[in-house]
Amino acid sequence: MAGSLQIVVCGGIVPNPLQTLEPTAGPQGPALKNEAMLPAVLDPWAWHALFEAANLAKQAPGSKITLVCMAPKAKLQQVMMTIAQKTVFELQPIDGPASGFVESADVAGELAEVIKGINGLDMQKLLVFGGWESASRGAGTTMQILGEMLGITDQFQGVDEIRLKDDGSFDVLERIEGGKHQVSRCAGAPAVLGWATGNLPEPPNNPQAGMANMRGIMPALQKARPAKPGQDGVKFLDVSLPSQRRETRVVKDTPAEEIARELAEWITG
Amino acid sequence: MAATAQQEGQAALRTLPLDDVRQIMWRYADRFDLQMLVQSVRAVARGPVARIVANGARNTHEWTTEKNSLLKVFDESGITSAFMEPEEGGYIEGPKNLALALIAFELAWVDAGAATSSLAGNLGLSPIHECGTPEQRAEYMTRCIPPAPGEDREPCRAAFALTEPIPYVGVDTGVLAGKVRVDQWEEGAEPILHVEKRGRFITGMDFANIVTAAVDSDDERIKGSCLVILEEDDPGTFDRGSATLKMVHQLSSTRDPVFNLKIPASRIVGGYTVKDGKIVPNMNHSEVIESVFRRTRVTVGLMTAAKLLSAIEPVIRYQRQRFRGSASDKPDSPRYQLGIQMKEDALHRLVDVWATGEAASSLGFEAARIFDVFDPIEREKEKLFKEQGIEGRRAILKAYKQAEKGALELIALEAMPAEKRDSQRYEELSNDLLTRFMVLESVANVYCPACKLWNTGHGAEIMREAVSLMGGYGITEDCPGFLFHKWMDAQLEATYEGPEAVQRRQLSVTMLSPVFLAQFRVWVGEMRRLSAQRPGTGACALATAMELWLWTVEHLRTAKDANGQALYNSSRQGVTFPLADALCWLLAARSLIMDTLELETKGPENPNLAEGLDGLTQFYQDLCHTFSGDAVGEVGRICAALVHGYNRHPEWSKETCASCYHDGELDDLEGIIPGMDASVPGIDVLGDDDSHPLKAGPCVRFPGLHRYMRLRARMEGCLTGSRLAKDRAAKAVAQVTIPEALDYPA
Repeated sequence: MAGSLQIVVCGGIVPNPLQTLEPTAGPQGPALKNEAMLPAVLDPWAWHALFEAANLAKQAPGSKITLVCMAPKAKLQQVMMTIAQKTVFELQPIDGPASGFVESADVAGELAEVIKGINGLDMQKLLVFGGWESASRGAGTTMQILGEMLGITDQFQGVDEIRLKDDGSFDVLERIEGGKHQVSRCAGAPAVLGWATGNLPEPPNNPQAGMANMRGIMPALQKARPAKPGQDGVKFLDVSLPSQRRETRVVKDTPAEEIARELAEWITG
Repeated sequence: MAATAQQEGQAALRTLPLDDVRQIMWRYADRFDLQMLVQSVRAVARGPVARIVANGARNTHEWTTEKNSLLKVFDESGITSAFMEPEEGGYIEGPKNLALALIAFELAWVDAGAATSSLAGNLGLSPIHECGTPEQRAEYMTRCIPPAPGEDREPCRAAFALTEPIPYVGVDTGVLAGKVRVDQWEEGAEPILHVEKRGRFITGMDFANIVTAAVDSDDERIKGSCLVILEEDDPGTFDRGSATLKMVHQLSSTRDPVFNLKIPASRIVGGYTVKDGKIVPNMNHSEVIESVFRRTRVTVGLMTAAKLLSAIEPVIRYQRQRFRGSASDKPDSPRYQLGIQMKEDALHRLVDVWATGEAASSLGFEAARIFDVFDPIEREKEKLFKEQGIEGRRAILKAYKQAEKGALELIALEAMPAEKRDSQRYEELSNDLLTRFMVLESVANVYCPACKLWNTGHGAEIMREAVSLMGGYGITEDCPGFLFHKWMDAQLEATYEGPEAVQRRQLSVTMLSPVFLAQFRVWVGEMRRLSAQRPGTGACALATAMELWLWTVEHLRTAKDANGQALYNSSRQGVTFPLADALCWLLAARSLIMDTLELETKGPENPNLAEGLDGLTQFYQDLCHTFSGDAVGEVGRICAALVHGYNRHPEWSKETCASCYHDGELDDLEGIIPGMDASVPGIDVLGDDDSHPLKAGPCVRFPGLHRYMRLRARMEGCLTGSRLAKDRAAKAVAQVTIPEALDYPA
């Protein structure tokens, strides 16, 4: 059986994907219209990373999960009402923006500072998890920069699976083109894993576990360190939603063979 | 408030009200256990429940594997164990009325049958929970707790068997055909009872392992009625019976079971005492039922409230998208953007649905909170009575009567400004258990039936309106939000756990409690004071309507009809029932105003609401004003019909025409009293030949009704501004941002 691990999951929050998003110009730069009023969820890729962390922690008894999250703390508190029911973890909140308009290097800097400050941090047991990209920005660079800042050079992106071995080494399946995975073997912690969707289902909610978590989460939220990353960094000249692409052709009485031929042609380019 | 009714400028309602808003309005912003419960239940409702409804699970009466799978989901998500005490394996400390109300609300947002299915287990256990012996509670509550992760066992599930086949079904829960008799009773041993019971409309019977059944004695060695606990392995017949062919709530299991079982006497809920060779149950079935139903009915009321609020988003989306896709409507055109919302009527009717849903929710959650406060006090009171040896109906009523004076005094003191009241006396009464019990019980006894009656009855009518706002789409399976199912389900909610007539009957008694009426008078003052600071809420109009209702109640209690018959008595339901209906409107409007006030007060403490709070409070204020206007209209209509409707209209006769004028007389009087002519209402003018105008008789006079007439006139004037508020609310509905799609399948 593998020895215990320290798994740090990094993740921001994003508006619930069903919401109508409209970029607007706010006093501190670009923002989303009604952002504070919209329901939020943990960034979907970080969400998967958290489930994977919980699964891994079960395989390595004595492991501990820490969720490091930068977001407005009042909003984060609402999100925790769901997240805290999924698995046992300790929250390290940073009271900062979550709009996706902060540069990834600035975000990584804030996260690195918190991770370095974790009580009893043991680099030889540290696995840093997060999303390989984010639903709010999708730059796909935050985890890589964070790893560099922490001095962790074993990094894996687009991860769908980790297989832990008894000696502490592990195999990692990273997404590559064509629906295939690249399998790498890592000697052990420390490592950074930027997760894709993984293979695990969403754990059911468990209010009982959530209440146990909240005993630690609420004091942590109250003491959340305020941060204003990227204040003097990039200036946005303009922001807009990606335009919707919809190429619809209404056809009638087309034989199935013809439709199949067109589809095959389109797929093969 | 952000703006008064007079202001033309309007802060925008930015989004539909989300959890932050609801937590404040329904008072669980500081209850993380409840916030988590809400999220957990919501995931179940909008996930597995919505999926099987969309897959057509409601199209059969039978309890299918698909429906059965929900039970496990309920267990895993904490829904089943929310009812249990922590020592039994639950996780919510203290009273659980608000928690169960929130569960019902969230499940019914998607499907009320699922809500019923989850709550029926609680109903089955409630007799044991409320009235069981400590041993019964320890045994059955623990057995029904779902297995912990890694634990390999099937949880026990309970059903409640009260109603019986025709002729008794639905007639009177006080009449029981189910029987219990002594089967064996050996010296020094536990008696064995023989129970025969046929149930009808029993929820959860497809899977229940234990049943709490109401039975009456069929043996002179057993006194009266009781509830007994039946187990599926008891010797005899435990026949689950045939499925009830109901057209609604198909996600709950309902069957007509037959039981013929032998059980030990220790299964009598609440235990028994042997007196003079007779088994005397410690609690008869009526006492147990009263204790159970006065809590569970609130959650039913909230199921209908949830349906109304759940209809808002799909209706807005339907209205806005109604004309999209037409070649003639370009994306930038108002017709493309707003669709049917360009029309005032569509918006106004949606505002009515929204306001009713909000008022119903406010009323229901207030009732649930009242019971959360009341529950521990009631238990303490029972303990106190036991210690003091107060037993039996007469002794208890005597104790209540003695405590009533203190309760009235406490209410009067509470209504006074703190600096003006006798603080020592106030402190003394506030700390007196029985006094507090009397005050709370008087309110609880009104709020529970009011919520059940009005939310479900009026809610079903307004749900029909919501369906009609979807046009033909509303009655199809494709309709987003399952609105048609919800409309039909509302009809059942108005019926089960005590139909409307039962609630009206209960209200017609409890609303006359002097303690409740004293409290109600204080609320009139409270609404007036509130309206002085927040004129845009309609609180002033509501206060006047409350005064009118009070006046009418007092008047009818002593008035007689044209035949000399007393108007207010238990058999005169044409009088008592409409008055009960009117009270429900008043309470719902008051609850909504109080919740809006809470949002305005506590909202600024929540940073998530900062940017949109002005628009939110303005919108809720407008909903309050709109709804108060409707409530005032209903109360006015009911009171007018009751005050005048039982008097005989005067006919044209010498006596009744004694005060009529003749042609020419008025011309003479005009010289003395300018403006005195035949056009003045209420003046009847006869011809020289005593011929009378073509109408039913001389105009009615109002002796003794001056106060009533003043209140009526004032109340109508108080409606000023209510339609402007509705216009503003409609405008907000047309502008509010909604999500791109519904968050559950349809």
